[in-house]
Amino acid sequence: MSKYYLNYLDELESEAIYILREVYAQFQNPVILFSGGKDSILVTHLAKKAFYPCKIPFALMHVDTGHNFPETIKFRDDLIESLGARLIVGSVQESIDKGRVQEEKGKNATRNALQITTLLDAIEENKVDCAIGGGRRDEEKARAKERFFSHRDDFGQWDPKNQRPELWNLLNGKHFEGEHFRAFPISNWTEMDVWNYIQRENIQIPSLYLAHEREVVRRNGSWIPNSEFLKLEEHEEIVTKKIRFRTLGDITITGGIESDADTLEKVALEVSTMRQTERGNRSDDKRSETAMEDRKREGYF
Amino acid sequence: MQIDKNQLLRFTTAGSVDDGKSTLIGRLLFDSKSIFEDQIEAVESSSKKKGHEGVDLAMFTDGLKDEREQGITIDVAYRYFTTPKRKFIIADTPGHIQYTRNMVTGASTANAAIILIDARHGVIEQTKRHTFIASLLQIPHIIVCINKMDLVDYSEEVYNDIIGQFEEFSSKLLIKDVRYIPISALYGDNVVNRSENMKWYQGSPLLHELETLHISSDINKVDARFPVQTVLRPQREGFIDFRGYAGRVASGIFRPKDEVTILPSGFTSTIKAVHSDEGELEEAFAPMSIAITLEDDIDISRGDMIVKTNNQPEAKQDIDAMLCWLNTDEAKPRAKYTIMHTSNEQRAMIKEVVYKIDINTYNRNTEDKSLKMNDISRVKLRTTKPLMTDDYRENRNTGSIILIDESTNETVAAGMIL
Repeated sequence: MSKYYLNYLDELESEAIYILREVYAQFQNPVILFSGGKDSILVTHLAKKAFYPCKIPFALMHVDTGHNFPETIKFRDDLIESLGARLIVGSVQESIDKGRVQEEKGKNATRNALQITTLLDAIEENKVDCAIGGGRRDEEKARAKERFFSHRDDFGQWDPKNQRPELWNLLNGKHFEGEHFRAFPISNWTEMDVWNYIQRENIQIPSLYLAHEREVVRRNGSWIPNSEFLKLEEHEEIVTKKIRFRTLGDITITGGIESDADTLEKVALEVSTMRQTERGNRSDDKRSETAMEDRKREGYF
Repeated sequence: MQIDKNQLLRFTTAGSVDDGKSTLIGRLLFDSKSIFEDQIEAVESSSKKKGHEGVDLAMFTDGLKDEREQGITIDVAYRYFTTPKRKFIIADTPGHIQYTRNMVTGASTANAAIILIDARHGVIEQTKRHTFIASLLQIPHIIVCINKMDLVDYSEEVYNDIIGQFEEFSSKLLIKDVRYIPISALYGDNVVNRSENMKWYQGSPLLHELETLHISSDINKVDARFPVQTVLRPQREGFIDFRGYAGRVASGIFRPKDEVTILPSGFTSTIKAVHSDEGELEEAFAPMSIAITLEDDIDISRGDMIVKTNNQPEAKQDIDAMLCWLNTDEAKPRAKYTIMHTSNEQRAMIKEVVYKIDINTYNRNTEDKSLKMNDISRVKLRTTKPLMTDDYRENRNTGSIILIDESTNETVAAGMIL
């Protein structure tokens, strides 16, 4: 075979770098939506590559539900310091205090949907015209229809049936005042690709992704971590298990899986034999068949 | 590790509403074990709700609310699967007549197109339409799957007859590579595994074809073109004089010491180094994202193109193109649009509609000068400044354009330069 071809990871990397450079060239004030999860860490890593030897030209925006893994916040702050980048925090607690949103009530209450208002407020306050996300099309059926450059109207809403066609590598980021874009440079990556790449590039990720002992409780078929926010049900019991997380979100809804994979290599191997999708442990997606689509239309990540 | 060598293949699937396209994709994902248990469970439970028996494979590819309700695909959806040999990206596009624009979108980056024909019906108008678009977009490989062979008793005669029909109409089109496979997506014949029911078929199953198609030559490696996306000026210690031109190689190969010309200015220089974030490279080829530094200080910015001095694109202000109209708003006569071509952006006017193509009969209509949604027409464009173009047939990246309506910011047309 000719040597003039890229392997699939190099091709995905090159595509993502191309998109990140287009964002920089076409927008005035783009930010990376940073959750502390592996996908947003990957996007940040790719941005570092895309603009080397310049510093990354994007601020990192974190929508903070207040229900964090302490590890995630430390990781975020360390990364910000090493990049010399600016951090913007949108606080869900503040949105609640200001009366912008109301906390959900009941047993399965979460702050997941509340993030939408906080995110859109932060985008508006900071005059962000493009928010770069780590969304991947393989994650969820509504995300499978996302464009690289995804238009949001002046209410921050997504209209999946009226998306701009995206042809070849020509990305149209034109927008009117008040509208913004979401850009998804790792759209074409799968969970497996992400792990293979993290391993190849030896990217630092929060230790939560590796197997560790933790106090957890069994709920809806996954292991929910014990935290100050956890309200125990009568029949529930806190146990200690060796677990790791496949995705990281709000601590109240992110379930872990039992695992012995305590190195990147073992994680990649484990993922390759997984028979459940990674969002299968996210109770936010389990609410209804179209939970993600409904949230996305309103302006979710 | 094996994955270090694996390539990425992008393919699109075209078919009409009932010819089993979603079932085929579901089958590929299912048989290649790319579907997770929770997805299977979700589909099983919705299949039951709808009164289907067992797992309805088509449901794995249904995405949004409306289409689950109507049972049709309404937009391009992307699917992924990996085998030990390759990673695949499927652009699943609807076959519905009003969605030509989605098909064009899905086809624009594809290495291969799968065209589905219902064995009971043979070649129909939609087959001709899909094949036309595949040829117009110059998808390098076309695989014609004659589906539902189970409903025609796995008949070799039916299969051969349909190949005959396909060859007859497609001989008028420019197609580089076409192959035929008799399949039953529903039962899995010749999709991933060889069919026990069609021993007369000597070729490979679909997945094997997809795994072995020669795609390294799909990208032009001859004409070196480097559209500049942005300029990297770190202005920090260690990089005080660094001025890197960042971009993705559109075609060809660049190496240090290459004599290059910067377009449109025409200044010449020599490549000092080709950079990645990990250091200097011996060479870079399409589609690598890199940065280039030059020996001379030249004013270069986004929209400029670095090319080899001995092989240059054409600078054109009058552009002949095949244009596919993508918007519900009809083109306004002599209206001005923003035109995007590589990283360059100018304004353009549609000076003339030469003819419109009837994509069912391939006849040219020189009377109807309107440009409506899904129309494919030959047009003459005039741009405010020259574009550095190649023929689309030679170079997809430097031969393609889009038009943007300045009053709505929407992408209204896609063009292939002739």
